[in-house]
Amino acid sequence: MSKDIGILSYGAYIPQRRLQRSSIYAANAWFAPELKGSSKGERAIGNWDEDAITMGVEAARDALTGWDRTSLGGLSLASTTLPFADRLNAGVIKEALNLKDGVSALDSTGSLRAGSSALIQALRAASAGGAPQLCIAADLRKAAPASEAELAFGDAAAAMLVGSGKPIARFLGAHSVTVDFVDHFRATGVDFDYAWEGRWIRDEGYMNIAAKGLKSALEAFGVTGQDIGRCAIAISSRGVPENLAKKAGVNAQALIDPLSAQVGDTGAAHPLLMLASAFEQAQPGEKILLVSFGQGLDVLLLETTAGLTDLPARMGVAKSLTRRKPDENYLRYLFHRGALPLDRGMRAEKDERQPGTTLYRNRKSVLALVGGRSTKTGTVQFPKSDISVDQNDPGIGTQEDYPLAEKHARIATYTADRLTYSPDPPTYYGMLDFEGGGRLTTEFADADAESVEVGRVMRMVFRIKAVDDRRHFKRYFWKAAPVA
Amino acid sequence: MPRGIKGKVAILGMGCAKFGERWNCDSEQLMVEAYSEAIKDAGIETSRIDAAWLASAFDAVNIGPSGLPLAMALRLPNIGVTKVENYCASGTEAFRGAVYAVASGAADIALAMGVEKLKDTGYGGLPVRTRGTTYDMTGVVGSAPGYFAQLASAYRAEHNISKDDLKRAMAHVSVKSHANGAKNPKAHLQKAIDMDTVLNAPMIAEPLGLFDCCGVSDGAACAIVTTPEIARSLGKKDIVTVQALQLAVSNGWESQGAGWSGSYFHTTRIAASRAYQEAGITNPREEIGLLEVHDCFSVTEVVTMEDLYVSKPGEGWKDVLDGFFDADGTLPCQIDGGLKCFGHPIGASGIRMIYENYLQLLGRAGPRQRSKPPRLALSHNLGGMPNQNVSAVAIVGLAN
Repeated sequence: MSKDIGILSYGAYIPQRRLQRSSIYAANAWFAPELKGSSKGERAIGNWDEDAITMGVEAARDALTGWDRTSLGGLSLASTTLPFADRLNAGVIKEALNLKDGVSALDSTGSLRAGSSALIQALRAASAGGAPQLCIAADLRKAAPASEAELAFGDAAAAMLVGSGKPIARFLGAHSVTVDFVDHFRATGVDFDYAWEGRWIRDEGYMNIAAKGLKSALEAFGVTGQDIGRCAIAISSRGVPENLAKKAGVNAQALIDPLSAQVGDTGAAHPLLMLASAFEQAQPGEKILLVSFGQGLDVLLLETTAGLTDLPARMGVAKSLTRRKPDENYLRYLFHRGALPLDRGMRAEKDERQPGTTLYRNRKSVLALVGGRSTKTGTVQFPKSDISVDQNDPGIGTQEDYPLAEKHARIATYTADRLTYSPDPPTYYGMLDFEGGGRLTTEFADADAESVEVGRVMRMVFRIKAVDDRRHFKRYFWKAAPVA
Repeated sequence: MPRGIKGKVAILGMGCAKFGERWNCDSEQLMVEAYSEAIKDAGIETSRIDAAWLASAFDAVNIGPSGLPLAMALRLPNIGVTKVENYCASGTEAFRGAVYAVASGAADIALAMGVEKLKDTGYGGLPVRTRGTTYDMTGVVGSAPGYFAQLASAYRAEHNISKDDLKRAMAHVSVKSHANGAKNPKAHLQKAIDMDTVLNAPMIAEPLGLFDCCGVSDGAACAIVTTPEIARSLGKKDIVTVQALQLAVSNGWESQGAGWSGSYFHTTRIAASRAYQEAGITNPREEIGLLEVHDCFSVTEVVTMEDLYVSKPGEGWKDVLDGFFDADGTLPCQIDGGLKCFGHPIGASGIRMIYENYLQLLGRAGPRQRSKPPRLALSHNLGGMPNQNVSAVAIVGLAN
């Protein structure tokens, strides 16, 4: 395997709300007292306006910190909760990242291994040359109220930039095992998993299928467990990573925390999230082993390089963990997941039908937040228009594209609107002035009374703007969030 | 500056329906109610009307498209009827059409009707509606209070005013308008309120509470206009003429350009300047005797006092607290209760403002009549939101 193939950069995104498991338990104890044993800690929950696409965009932006986006050759989105069954979800992310049209895009789904498998495919493809590929994994899984899964799951995304050049971690090998082991499943169009007995999953799934697969992988790689510096086993069952590591001869100190106490099991995103965490903890020259389970397993071996220390600062996992808002509002969480049909009132009846023609024509401004800049006066505006808003530029067609999504902006006006319909009232919104010019009136995301004031600096985030319940379409646009 | 229309058009008659929750009336009955008063006041037959303009803004719960609803309700003699829509400034827009028709000589007598049937919406406040498929992809779907509440945040920041001071000034606006509305039998809200009620009301869109928001009403208002010569020939002695009529519409500078602070109405300043020039007014604070402004929200009224150059920049809130605009103050504003209490049937409001100014000039306003009738009265009719809007200023006065 070529020595300069591997992972070039990484990124992560964890939503800031952390639902307290004690709140879930308190609401359900009358019905499911057995949940008490799982009621410690907190789990990350996406807001109503987040999904695998929006979280994936955030992780991708994090991974692309300081990276020239025009160099990308393609991207993939791995998730078991893709918002669209037939509309290229990775294609929406491509637009949001304002990538050139000449890139490949792929959705990877159907298993909790979707993220690790896509990453392995990209690493193998990189060996054959080509431009860097961005592998994104994101999941926002629903769980039946009062289920173990509701306590165990978490929402997050992670991204790995794969290619050749100066990797932060070289690709040393990958090994996969595929067995139709139905520990849980979710049929198409169904909200919740159906899971079999945990003891069987542990004994047959983890300690047999996974343990054997791990052993074969290490043999195939020509390494022993003692060679592994960091070991990320994306299995959230208590004690299982420790037992698997022991069987494989991997030092217990090498294990990466599965983030169960702070985030929860983030499904297809979890292997990449833990890998990002491993990169944050590793020194150059360490071998990192990634293990991902789902109808078999993926095992990936990487070795960090000196390039790891040269990466520019990013949110990653560590900073995302500290950017948290403890949340005890279990009912709001249920409502946001569609599990509690609150009376939304007549204002919510507004028809959100999105004409495909309009979206296509305006995709750059709507999905990528590209504005315009006058080539005569330099004045920046949103949206781009045929005639500049700058009266010193009276010509027609003088504007060039001007991306605004990565610019910070200051609040010029704001309100907290309690009358308009919002799934998360009040709706904060206001007018923003971008650094370097341009202004926009838009909604605020993850805002509260403390974080909003005239003059405050915000960053733009890609979120769901509205949901068309009748036709099951999601409209996306950019909102302003307080700078962490 | 164009030649303008100062003194070229006279108001022959006006009428206004009772505003409020008119559960048992369609738009048709509201229009007929306003028209009956106006045509009687004008002292003419329907057959004398040469052209008509109809204003209405919210089609979804209202009368639908075209001039047909007016032509059919009034059984107009197959004259041209034009439907206009210009947000909440639609009423003044219809008036403008009729005035222009007379000023041009194309019509001897023209009618303007504004009507809105809002209380078929099913909930309080304005109906939620689309602003077009392009806007809806990026624009905020906020409430009207939310759009205007943003004024307060920027006005405070620009003039370094505390939240409490501004909230008290806003509350004074509402207390004053409720006191005025209590004397107006056609007003939607006729109950006086105190400061504590306003300050402790539920929050709608910060910092606007329930009583910082105007009434959402059904109603209609009607004006019949002609030339001063024809008015005299019909036996009118006290003639109210149009001294200025200006409309300014945002071109995107506020919302997309740079330099607007968010604390004022750019278009109102332009419309007011043009109107003063047209009417020959150099000192509005001294020369104008009565104000009817677009007080959709209390904060709008505060900043509008500055945009009309009646108060100095950053001092409108002080004039409000000083009682300058109270019914017994130096320059009463909303002596009829305003949008706040007379009510706000969108398409009718601009004409309702002119109706009040017309009555006050003629000394016909009953218990709320200003003891010394004014000679010049201004109405300000605003549509849209602070960063994108339509602003109309009309000045009417007694002809010498």
